Amino acid sequence: MLSATDLVVGYRRGRPVLDGVDIELHPGATVGLAGPSGCGKSTLAAVLALLLEPWSGSVTLDGRPVRRFRHRVSAAERTSIGVVFQQPRLAVDPRWTLDAVVRAPLVASKRRDDGIVAELTEAVGLTRELLGRRPHEVSDGQLQRACLARALVLRPRYLICDEMTSMVDASTTALLVHLVRSVAAAGTGVLAVSHDDALLDAWADDVVRWR
Amino acid sequence: MTDTRVTTTSAEDAATSAGTRQPASALTVDRLSVRFLLGRKGKAGVVHAATDVSLRLRRGRVLALVGESGCGKSVLTSALLGLLPANAQTRGRALLHGPGDDLDLCTAPERSMSRQVRGRRIGLVPQSAASHLTPVRTARAQLAETVRQLRGTTLRGTTLRGAASRGDVDGLAERAGLSPAALDAYPHELSGGMAQRVGFALALAGEPDVLLADEPTTGLDRVLVDHVTDGLAAAAAEGTAVLLITHDLAAARRVADDAAVMYAGRIVEAGPAGEVFADPWHPYTRGLLGALPDGGFEPIPGHPPELTDVPGGCAFCARVPDPPGPPCNGDPEPVAVGGRLIAGHVPC
Ligand SMILES: [Zn+2]
Repeated sequence: MLSATDLVVGYRRGRPVLDGVDIELHPGATVGLAGPSGCGKSTLAAVLALLLEPWSGSVTLDGRPVRRFRHRVSAAERTSIGVVFQQPRLAVDPRWTLDAVVRAPLVASKRRDDGIVAELTEAVGLTRELLGRRPHEVSDGQLQRACLARALVLRPRYLICDEMTSMVDASTTALLVHLVRSVAAAGTGVLAVSHDDALLDAWADDVVRWR
Repeated sequence: MTDTRVTTTSAEDAATSAGTRQPASALTVDRLSVRFLLGRKGKAGVVHAATDVSLRLRRGRVLALVGESGCGKSVLTSALLGLLPANAQTRGRALLHGPGDDLDLCTAPERSMSRQVRGRRIGLVPQSAASHLTPVRTARAQLAETVRQLRGTTLRGTTLRGAASRGDVDGLAERAGLSPAALDAYPHELSGGMAQRVGFALALAGEPDVLLADEPTTGLDRVLVDHVTDGLAAAAAEGTAVLLITHDLAAARRVADDAAVMYAGRIVEAGPAGEVFADPWHPYTRGLLGALPDGGFEPIPGHPPELTDVPGGCAFCARVPDPPGPPCNGDPEPVAVGGRLIAGHVPC
């Protein structure tokens, strides 16, 4: 389980964005988190992705408390959690081919490709030809497909999707969400953050709504 | 039902011939094609960004042009604003109807486009309004400046030379759904939704006859999407002709009077929005609607073709062969049927 208890966190002293929030992600289950822009849902996603250190409260990953955040996170913790953000263009190196983008976590953690790259790129509908292109040669939707494949390439036990589909069209949304649902069915715990209630109703097992 | 081949392929012509009276046209796009030549003289390839596109924008109505990313719809914004790059070639016409004469936006000199068209007769609501704002000046200062520039040099401009009154600017803000108090903020202090509304106010500043909104809802939450679409509807209610270019079918369904569906650079289906969305004829339109969470949530297999390599005949059937429904006749050219337009997949 990936959980956070009594979180207090913000960006400016004395102005917490989250104040006393609890959440639990269980293996194989998808929690949807809905709410308008600015309600703090992306802040919670960043804490669960271990990218933002809470002011107080605790984050626990599979029974162990997480003590370090951001670049100080241990390799084992980092590879347990995959993340997909809203804007794929801000999340990739523009000089890399999509194939290099998808493989990057394998390279960084010195793991071998046991066929997972082919499996995932097929699941997200990226052909060999598209994988040879660079970000400026593909659409936002095609780039986001690569970002989801990258987030799943280490077979993370948890996946954080922060507005993963808000820049892409409905058909690409359906494809990406189907894949995330299938990895959840195989045991991954998923946090799905979105402002789109109708989408979360179709995607998540439970939906938490913030105002 | 009649099945007539038409030369100016627009649903309105079909509707007119069926005896329906239509509001006045503000802009007629007539078999517009846009290509980009890559490399020297196109030796590295030709991008067929738009092919034989015909659309009619009418005063008081919102036309939604929908399709996936990469289907070619956004090139129309550049073409209609005279902002195509130097390697672009156009064919066909885009007539902006004026009180006296028509201006062909494809051939008009840059001087006319910059002095009479952009920001004046045609307003643009861009995708990310925030990036169009100057960071060091308040929203009010930027709006006032735009109003002053636009009204200072138009022929219709009256006595506003020099300054835009506070009331003018506040009025524009209110039409765009902003409280005048929010205008005193700097761009970094505005949320995405507020910045979008400032962008909307800027687009309205020249009192345009035509409003182009190019993916104005991307990345906004549903409440803000509704604000944007309500703003477009309000502009239409005041008599503006609105073109909403979007991949957001939920937004299009909410606001459109007319709909056109684009695939691989061509219009594959068009007609009254209520009919097209409730009873889509083209398998691509059905695919787009079927991908929505409340429409079945099934992706369309494959990808739109590269616009450098568009298949001949029906491009959609090259992606998804033998879709359900009446058989495809393979003709990429839309035909008028019962007040609507449909390419290839004519209902029996
Ligand atoms: Zn067909």
